[in-house]
Amino acid sequence: MADKIYSTKFQDKLERNVWALLLMLLLILSVGGIVEIVPLYYLDDTMEHNARPEILWQQKEGQTLANWKPGDGIRPYTGLELMGRNVYIREGCYLCHSQMIRPFRDEKERYGHYSLATESIYDHPFQWGSKRTGPDLARVGGKYSDEWHIKHMIAPRSVVPESVMPNYPWLLENVLDGAMVKRHMKAMKTVGVPYTDADIDASSAAADGKTEMDAMVAYLQILGTMAKLDYGIVYRE
Amino acid sequence: MASTDLEQKYNFEIVRWFSVASVIYLVVGTFVGAYAAAELAWPALNFDSPYLSFGRIRPLHTNAVIFAFGGCVLMATAFYSVQRTCGVRLWSDKMAWFTFWGWNLIIVLAVITLPLGFTQGKEYAELEWPIDILIAIVWISYTFNFIMTIATRKSSHIYVSNWFFLGMMVMITYLHVVNSLAIPVELFKSYSIFSSVQDAMIQWWWGHNAVGFYLTAGFLGIMYYFVPKQADRPIFSYRLSVLHFWSLMFGYVWLGSHHLHYTALPDWAGSLGAAISIAMIVPSWGGAVNGMLTLSGAWDKLRTDYVLRFLIISLAFYAMSTFEGPIMSIRVVNALSHYTDWTIGHVHSGALGWVGMVAAGALYHLVTRLWKTEMYSVKLVNMHFWMATIGIVIYIVAMWISGIMQALMWRDYDEFGALTYTFAESVAAMHPYYVMRFVGGFIYSLGGLVMLYNVIMTIRQAGTEPRISAEPVKA
Repeated sequence: MADKIYSTKFQDKLERNVWALLLMLLLILSVGGIVEIVPLYYLDDTMEHNARPEILWQQKEGQTLANWKPGDGIRPYTGLELMGRNVYIREGCYLCHSQMIRPFRDEKERYGHYSLATESIYDHPFQWGSKRTGPDLARVGGKYSDEWHIKHMIAPRSVVPESVMPNYPWLLENVLDGAMVKRHMKAMKTVGVPYTDADIDASSAAADGKTEMDAMVAYLQILGTMAKLDYGIVYRE
Repeated sequence: MASTDLEQKYNFEIVRWFSVASVIYLVVGTFVGAYAAAELAWPALNFDSPYLSFGRIRPLHTNAVIFAFGGCVLMATAFYSVQRTCGVRLWSDKMAWFTFWGWNLIIVLAVITLPLGFTQGKEYAELEWPIDILIAIVWISYTFNFIMTIATRKSSHIYVSNWFFLGMMVMITYLHVVNSLAIPVELFKSYSIFSSVQDAMIQWWWGHNAVGFYLTAGFLGIMYYFVPKQADRPIFSYRLSVLHFWSLMFGYVWLGSHHLHYTALPDWAGSLGAAISIAMIVPSWGGAVNGMLTLSGAWDKLRTDYVLRFLIISLAFYAMSTFEGPIMSIRVVNALSHYTDWTIGHVHSGALGWVGMVAAGALYHLVTRLWKTEMYSVKLVNMHFWMATIGIVIYIVAMWISGIMQALMWRDYDEFGALTYTFAESVAAMHPYYVMRFVGGFIYSLGGLVMLYNVIMTIRQAGTEPRISAEPVKA
């Protein structure tokens, strides 16, 4: 066998024909992705609201975002929150803060109930993060006052001396434009977020003239507060 | 063949430009990284400026090292080795120049848009949609030219380095196109069409394979051409390379899900990723052994050949990272390592140790061949080698300690069953290691600067001496 210069006849064919090699690669390289990604779209237990519909807010005919109350379930972001989320993405917050609490005792005590897939159903893109240079923010909403957040973003070390977070003073200066907020909400609707036209109009108008700091605080304060999760219920195996 | 004939036969000019660009981007990318590291050690360095703040500088660093440095290295080496192994000139010179200028335009756009805060908010895929479209076009021009060059080759078989390059090109096309699908709102703002767990899976399918294909398969293509060439002997085992190639191509694609253990990603997907991650030790080590054993009988060359020294230490780092990675993909280990600096250390042992070192070796090889001269200073090459090696070791050790310490502090309980440390206390404890990491990274960056100086002086020296090399060029 040692004098054989190829391993198999098939391999030899591939090595002689670049188009055959290309075709083989196109096939082989697509397998892993298809097997791991496609089922996530049709397996019902991927999204927890399929078994527990109460965690997702069902907007009834005639209801607007203003009718929603904390705990009613996951809902689309208001215009102001959405713009806050855009600031969060722009400033690269996800590079140091995760939004994905794992089901461990210490994470439960530090951050709260483990995160569900449904909780980021309106997040385009997701912001689970991969690194905790700072703490997880998935349930930071309501933990600190608005004033604390503003102080913290202008000068983090004035409230947390050990912090290594940059200062974000420019958030106070940048002002939102209602028409722009509307365009953003419409784009979100295009990618599948169920905004009603009435919500887009009212919610974008409400954000007009607010600062990016207001938006950021609104976003942070809503994180993790939308759905009421019960420790007695198993949402995810 | 006389060197002037070679010059006419092949397109070396494009390789020269990509090679010089690579070295420049190595310096820029690593210094930006060192700056980002310094910001974590001394946050005052953010200077209250949006354009310098860590959250915008860090994507600039990752994009600069992966796409500017890594991309130019891959383009230089693929365009060089495909011509040499196929015995023909590039299929299209014009298209190759389009690839060069297009790729550099993308880099310039990245340098402008990332500090301005234009980002898709997905790691290593930050660039916004118009740039993404440009990337796709330029990438396909690179791939197409490569394939057509192989199609017009003089040799009967396609050499193994070209398999790896081709696999990398195909997979990056898949990944980039799917992961970047988005609906634009403005010129530099778009919303990903994916959300939640599906988006997470697609992002890490992309994220891990930017590492697995761009920085691994592509650079293995470099290894399979430059190690045998520099050692002047054939690759240790042809069969091992066939095994290495197909198992890597099939397996790597699955690994992304190991970035999402214990998250809202269903366990079946994570476990699948972890199982294949562990199995990947076999082909990875097979490849590393294949490269190293190519030197059997010629180990003495390591004492005199500075290029081989870079190539072989890169394989040592490759073997180390491809062992560490699967370990970290095991669920219990990942429970500890995830979200910590250990991950950052792991990435850098691969990026600085494997990618950076194999690239440096290949680039030194290319510079002497392309400008038909010896390096301006072998002493400086050795200095670069030691600065890089020492820099990496300091960096990785710092991140191992800080990563594991972070994880242990986060999960530590006192005698009353309460959490011992606040998060802020764990941040404070990281300070010495963040300083140490900066020092390691800075030394590595300085090593790159030494290389750049040496390369520039070599090119200047080549310009003044007669074009015919004292040493015959090996075909």
